[in-house]
Amino acid sequence: MSDVKKFLYVNRKAPHGTIYAWESLEVVLIGAAFEQDVALAFVDDGVFQLVKGWDTGELGVKNFQPSFTALGDYDVQKVYVEREALEERGLTEGDLIEMTYEDEDDDWAEKSSIRIVSREEMAAIMADSDVILSF
Amino acid sequence: MKLGIVVYEGPYQHEASDTAYNFAVAALQKGHEIFRVFFYHDGVNNGTRLTTPPQDDRHIQQRWSELAEKHGLDLVVCVAAAQRRGIVDEDEKNRHGKDADNIAPGFRISGLGQLIEAGIQCDRLVTFGD
Amino acid sequence: MALLHTVNKSPYQCTSLQSCLQHVRAGDTLLLIEDGVYAVLKGGKAAEALSAANGVKVAALSADLKARGIGAEKMIDGIEVVDYGGFVDLVEQTDKTQAWL
Repeated sequence: MSDVKKFLYVNRKAPHGTIYAWESLEVVLIGAAFEQDVALAFVDDGVFQLVKGWDTGELGVKNFQPSFTALGDYDVQKVYVEREALEERGLTEGDLIEMTYEDEDDDWAEKSSIRIVSREEMAAIMADSDVILSF
Repeated sequence: MKLGIVVYEGPYQHEASDTAYNFAVAALQKGHEIFRVFFYHDGVNNGTRLTTPPQDDRHIQQRWSELAEKHGLDLVVCVAAAQRRGIVDEDEKNRHGKDADNIAPGFRISGLGQLIEAGIQCDRLVTFGD
Repeated sequence: MALLHTVNKSPYQCTSLQSCLQHVRAGDTLLLIEDGVYAVLKGGKAAEALSAANGVKVAALSADLKARGIGAEKMIDGIEVVDYGGFVDLVEQTDKTQAWL
């Protein structure tokens, strides 16, 4: 086996009701330093983590969503969002924050990290990974 | 096989720590290696030695500590999650000027990198949570 | 690459089982643990969904079944009952584990 494993972070929980989403993101940020093949998956209520327009001021907790936007700088380039999960919640790709990375193979062109995939594709992505960190 | 076990929930409130413990015992009985047990989220609360359950209940922290001593298990509590929840070892106590520490025997506080390393090193990672 | 999926929530409280069943692939194994074992109850709505999962091995953890008073007579057919050692074996027989928390 090669030294690099395919890590898949599966996020299924909404952002503020529990700390799972926030602390999951902290794992991604730390994990980025290990030079593994990293991908994020958002299914079920996990898609709410990427919906833009948060104002956490009145709640009195830190808005950790900007860290998602910064993931491109950590070389996280694959963010899979399940289309059915969006649709079931009345959401479209347009409701999501922008996440980008610079593609070194394409003269550092800025590209979207978000890839909308079907449920079937999501199942295949899970099957194709080496290590799943479930949140 | 080489196993990594991840525990996301504290003791008593949720069954996750019980399931993880019973799974760990069974894995050791079958001769598998447990590379590390990583406690994250509220799971860090498994690592305080100050818990005092009623005598007719299982002592979840003590069970983990004893298993660690018997089999040389590496029980790791995530430092960031631990700081939020008041799980403190001698170093953390001094660093943050607290009046006491509470880490249980066999547990150690370390960074999230330990979880990633478990993912890299282990044949399987098994997660227990809510 | 075969997955072991663990589901630990009651299907009557939470959509974890439903979501898991939407993502399992032929050759995968589904293990019901903790409150997840309530899915095996004969006559229950969740049991219908379980039975419809083709090509997927479904197992349930004996300690959790017993603790909840779910004997063999209350379970639908086709569920493999495993103890914690059997859980370990399932982890070994599959390539990786996804916990539907």
